Amino acid sequence: MQIWMLSLAMLASTLRIATPIIYAALGSVMSERGGVINIGIEGTMLLACFTAVVGAYYWSPWVGVLIAMATGGLMALIHAYLSVTIKTNQIISATAINIFAVGLPNLVVPIIWKGHHAVSPVVPRIPDVRLPIIANLPIVGPVLGHQNPLVYVALILVPVLHFILFKTRFGLRLRAVGEHPRAADTVGVNVARMRYIGVISGGILAGMGGAFLSIGYMSQYSAAMTQGRGFMGLAAMIFGNWKPAGALLACLIFGFADAFQAAAQSARVLPISPRLLLSLPYIMTLIALAGLVGKSIPPAADGKPYEKD
Amino acid sequence: MSTREKVRHLLEQSGSLTLLLSLAAVLFALVAGAIMLVLTRHNPAVAYAALWKGAFGSRRGIGETLLSTTPLILGGLAVTIAFRCGLFNMGVEGQIALGGLGAAWAGYWIRGLPAYIHQPFALLVGVLLSVIWGAIPGYLKARFKMHEVITTIMLNYIAFNIDGWAVAVGGPMKDPGPLPASPVILATAKLPRILPQTRAHAGIFIALACVVLVWYLLFHTRLGYCIRAVGLNPTAAEYGGINVPRHLVATMAISGALGGLAGAVEVLGVHYRLFEAFSPGYGWDAIAVALLGMLHPVGTLLSALLFGALRSGSTLMQTVANISRDMVMVISGLVIFFIALTRPLGGAVHTSRGGQSGADLDA
Repeated sequence: MQIWMLSLAMLASTLRIATPIIYAALGSVMSERGGVINIGIEGTMLLACFTAVVGAYYWSPWVGVLIAMATGGLMALIHAYLSVTIKTNQIISATAINIFAVGLPNLVVPIIWKGHHAVSPVVPRIPDVRLPIIANLPIVGPVLGHQNPLVYVALILVPVLHFILFKTRFGLRLRAVGEHPRAADTVGVNVARMRYIGVISGGILAGMGGAFLSIGYMSQYSAAMTQGRGFMGLAAMIFGNWKPAGALLACLIFGFADAFQAAAQSARVLPISPRLLLSLPYIMTLIALAGLVGKSIPPAADGKPYEKD
Repeated sequence: MSTREKVRHLLEQSGSLTLLLSLAAVLFALVAGAIMLVLTRHNPAVAYAALWKGAFGSRRGIGETLLSTTPLILGGLAVTIAFRCGLFNMGVEGQIALGGLGAAWAGYWIRGLPAYIHQPFALLVGVLLSVIWGAIPGYLKARFKMHEVITTIMLNYIAFNIDGWAVAVGGPMKDPGPLPASPVILATAKLPRILPQTRAHAGIFIALACVVLVWYLLFHTRLGYCIRAVGLNPTAAEYGGINVPRHLVATMAISGALGGLAGAVEVLGVHYRLFEAFSPGYGWDAIAVALLGMLHPVGTLLSALLFGALRSGSTLMQTVANISRDMVMVISGLVIFFIALTRPLGGAVHTSRGGQSGADLDA
């Protein structure tokens, strides 16, 4: 019985841990469906973690979420400008964001909070909610019934984005500029504008992931707290063949690996050092990617700047 | 090719534009950094004065600058050689972590060797570990087409955890003392100091030798020619009879070796023991160093000196002006940002145009 309860609790924490990765993966899907690679999702998320805490500290957690989304959008705008308008190397421009994002919060934290360095004080977080009927159901209840609102938002976004991408005119256009920009251009789609929209919406999603991490899952900022989750989102997107639902599955696998190592650490069931177990999600990510050789196909124009002749 | 591109091409051939742009990138980063300092209620004049004084104002400062320059040269070379093959090695920080681990282990565990054997041996052990760590993403790219950005980053976290595990309570390299660190290495493994009253050590000579070696390798050997050919256009290289997968693995192994050497030198020359996160982010600075150095070994040397000065000066800046040392990372980011802004599709940084090289992110 106890094992049973424990595994349900582990599924609930899998969902929580997977959530920031889901946002990162969905953000990557939006960006790359439009043909722009954004490995800056990691740094974007980290910066959003920080600004969300600032918002929660001065105003309220929900203001923090909005500020984090704006932060994500702004960082993505910079990346979109560099990769769509300037047509620079997209990996280099995103690397600038990733490195910048590690440094900047550490510069600002001691100014806002005297005496603090790499870690902010504890701020109000977005309270968890209890879903009226679902919470009382067996099995589903303990897993899904009592979670953070941003967890539910992430789960709802998966079918919503799938619908937008594959069933709407907008989605068709976005995918068209990612697959065949010249054809899209010929029939009158504004390639640059669509790509900006893809990248920026991806950044906003990454911002929500950052907000969840710092003021939903935790309630403070600490240096480099994203710990590669943005990159895991990228891997999840590839694993999911650039589709929201497939990416969700990969995120849940990575989240489960993390939840499993945490549970194994506290229960001390495995004869492996806890410090080594921490690597499990990263190893899972590598295995997941290696396991789908040639089965995953990116949008044809992914990462390629479009030039009119 | 448009006229604008032709002009750019001509200027780049002469090399003067890239040099000018690199200088402009530094200037841009310092000005943007100053604005950021003003916005965060600091006095940029005081901050930069402390930075300069910390880096060059004293004998000790100069020693610290040389000390920080050393791993940055090696890390920058690691990024450079990978870039030349069209690969983005974001794993230098992890390669540093493992290079340091290997060197520390050989430094305290092996006894009875004379210094002239113990030092190179300890360096070699560190390098061997990081060669493996570098070759893995090369192999994954060649065999499974897994993008090296994701794999090197994942391997970074695994490497950090290996270091943390090794020196944590119960870990195989834990010193009996209270610190989460390895035992101190033997005197025979310590790299000699080169400037009295400073911590500058002989590692700088190793780094300088590597500049020459990498330059020779890239521009005067068959292997270097093949590496550059793969970087410029893997499809053409393949048609030309170059075994592309093999060169991807070899390049990443060499890149890993250089990254690991940075870590080994840092442990044998500065810390004399392994502890977690002993690198303050040299592996990340290395990316800016390589890009600012125009992906050329000599340019890498010069920009490593600049970032070494920033690193060393930032310590005084933190004490005097109470500005986080991580200001250096902000400047790194700004430098890369400026380079991205001014060199679209050009220069030695190859892009995905036509589907080649490291930027196409297929599984």
